[in-house]
Amino acid sequence: MKVMGYELPLMSSLIVWAILWEILGQMDVSILLPPLSAVLVKMVEIIPTQAFLSALAVTARGFLTGTILAALIGVPLGILMGKSIIVDRMLLPWVNMFLSAPLSALVPVLMVLFGIGEQTVIITTLLFAVWIIMLNARAGVMQISPSLVEMARSFGATPWQAFREIYFWAALPEIIAGVRIGLLRAVKGVIIGQLLVSIIGFGRLFELYSTNFLMPHFWAILLVLFFFAFLFAEIFAVLERRVRYYASNRT
Amino acid sequence: MHDVFTSKRFLKYFSFAIVFALWEIGGRIPISPAFPTFSATMVALWQMLMDGSMLQAYPETLQPLLIGVAIAATLGIAAGVWMGLSRFGEWLLSPVFIVAQAAPLAALIPLLVLAYGIGLTAKVMVVLIMAMPVIVLNAMSGVRSTNNSLIEMGTAFLGSRKDVITKIILPSASPVIFAGLRLGLSAGFIGAILSELLITPTGVGDLITFNQSRADYARMYAAIFSIIAVAVIALDFLEWIEVRWLRPDRKGAR
Amino acid sequence: MSMQQTAAVLDRSQTDAAVAVRGVTKIYEGNVKALENMTLDFPRGQLTSLLGPSGCGKTTLLKIIAGLIPATGGEVLVNGRAVKGPGRDRAFVFQDFALMPWATVLRNVGFGLELRGVPQSEREAVSERYIKAVGLSGFEQSFPHQLSGGMRQRVGLARALAVDADVLLMDEPFSAVDEQNRRKFQEDMLALVEQEKKTFIFVTHSIEEAVYVSDKVAVLLPRPSRVSEVIEPKIDRSVSPDAMRRDPDYLDTVERIWTALRTYVE
Repeated sequence: MKVMGYELPLMSSLIVWAILWEILGQMDVSILLPPLSAVLVKMVEIIPTQAFLSALAVTARGFLTGTILAALIGVPLGILMGKSIIVDRMLLPWVNMFLSAPLSALVPVLMVLFGIGEQTVIITTLLFAVWIIMLNARAGVMQISPSLVEMARSFGATPWQAFREIYFWAALPEIIAGVRIGLLRAVKGVIIGQLLVSIIGFGRLFELYSTNFLMPHFWAILLVLFFFAFLFAEIFAVLERRVRYYASNRT
Repeated sequence: MHDVFTSKRFLKYFSFAIVFALWEIGGRIPISPAFPTFSATMVALWQMLMDGSMLQAYPETLQPLLIGVAIAATLGIAAGVWMGLSRFGEWLLSPVFIVAQAAPLAALIPLLVLAYGIGLTAKVMVVLIMAMPVIVLNAMSGVRSTNNSLIEMGTAFLGSRKDVITKIILPSASPVIFAGLRLGLSAGFIGAILSELLITPTGVGDLITFNQSRADYARMYAAIFSIIAVAVIALDFLEWIEVRWLRPDRKGAR
Repeated sequence: MSMQQTAAVLDRSQTDAAVAVRGVTKIYEGNVKALENMTLDFPRGQLTSLLGPSGCGKTTLLKIIAGLIPATGGEVLVNGRAVKGPGRDRAFVFQDFALMPWATVLRNVGFGLELRGVPQSEREAVSERYIKAVGLSGFEQSFPHQLSGGMRQRVGLARALAVDADVLLMDEPFSAVDEQNRRKFQEDMLALVEQEKKTFIFVTHSIEEAVYVSDKVAVLLPRPSRVSEVIEPKIDRSVSPDAMRRDPDYLDTVERIWTALRTYVE
């Protein structure tokens, strides 16, 4: 938006919302909404504590393990789907189904199978992220121009070489886009998993703070979490634009 | 290539058959005491359909879901269209929804419980906040991506601003808006189940947790199987409505 | 020549022009000059082409005449009245067709009338007549994606004809139509110009096309944008289209315009 010929930065309206929050908080509209300043003070206080750092470590571990596994499983399977119509027709119905299915309903099953702990959270994260990664890798392979593949074949590339040198790189922009969306879903997965398991990571802290009505604590953790999620999304969006730049030269 | 055995339909059901067979074998071994066979799960599903427990559970689960998604759709499409049409609207609201879409909003559930108690309102709110961001952002980008020359055409043929919005921009944005509704409904399902598991066990969430506590795993799995099936059917239904009523040109194009 | 006579000549030329462009200047944001002090007349009942390399502002000029974008300076008169926006006296044919993909051919053709509040039965009757006139009978219930590029542009043309405007503004209407269909379409259009007695303003970058269809060709040059010359191809249109394309006058005119433009095509 423009004000007096000057283009306001996109995210600048968040400042307006922050001020509104502070005013509402100062007015004591609700016990649930402490002033933003109080939350920020609490945030500075909480971050160096052992409880926060260990929750962050557990969450980061679950998140990273789940996402890396999702990428390691999802990318090759997606490329395979893009290459083989038979594999595609067998897997696509499942991918589409789990992409939109209420995965939160599966967490209780994971809890009885894998116990109430980190494993369940990791698998929840994996399940949230893997399907979109597969779907994007598939789409990436499907848009590769046939002449590129024919070129590789005419120069005598083995299937493994073709996979490594052609399919992966040609599909890279879509793969990265898939991993980015996968990461966003993984953040949701790791939090949903932790909330349901409720004895580890931020899930435990949320439980603790909300039962004890520690609202500034609660909001402080929430803001940190939102910030990390948004930061991740932005970093990958930048990466994606870079790869897109090189990819725009392909046809 | 037009062999029956490589046809889309055959391979789809063949793939279902393989997975269900593996499920059955896994349950027979059993790989875990908490892993019932496919057949036992299907029997339990049938029993639950017949004894009325499903019939009782689903209205309870679908009520907050439908109310929440309906509110999210109404408010979300209105807000998104406004943001798409007005630079000020975009500047003011889009950062909020961009952050909300990236953020794990499920973390707000304990707060919503404190604010609205453990009843229907809290569950509706959970569904609402989970479904809304994607609906808003899709509606906005749908409006924004309207082909500029179509808008010029409407202006050149003397359409008023209202004509251009209702006859050109909205129909043109409707596929993207509907994609947002499908994603919103899907997120709403996640929220509805999550709130039943986290806030108070009702409906399908109750079927899951109750049978889990009784170690009746066949029934627990059957409940989960049913909610996934219902979600998939609901999403397909939404797509059918869109093609049937809003975009006759895409009938048969798929 | 006395002053009085000059005034009389000017007067007559003004009444003869269906569209008169008077000193039009267009400066885009960031001080980009698209048009500078352009003056040009478009005679009534004739087809005038705006021809030039890309960047010469021909589409900008057409959209200013249409009232789709405002001029920074100068004015455009249509039937003697200054243009302040789109009006009933003008209809536009778009380069990319601008058809609504969700609407049938029938609704697309009648869309201009729909926006003017013409009742459904009436506008459908008019639409059907023009669908027939552009040779698309039988496709009334088709959707744009089921038609070829040439057929889609016929829909765009029928939509513009259906509102019965005095002036038809055509923005490179054939550029997205393949070569074979384009020739047929050009021939059909000549017949329509003959029949409809309207004023056509036609933007193109094809010299052959301009010479073939036009009564008058305004050659535009870029940087600064200006009218370099106005050519009236004196071609005998009573002969067959193929004979016309071999007419020495036709070939000479094409050659002459090419000579004027070639320095700008680098």
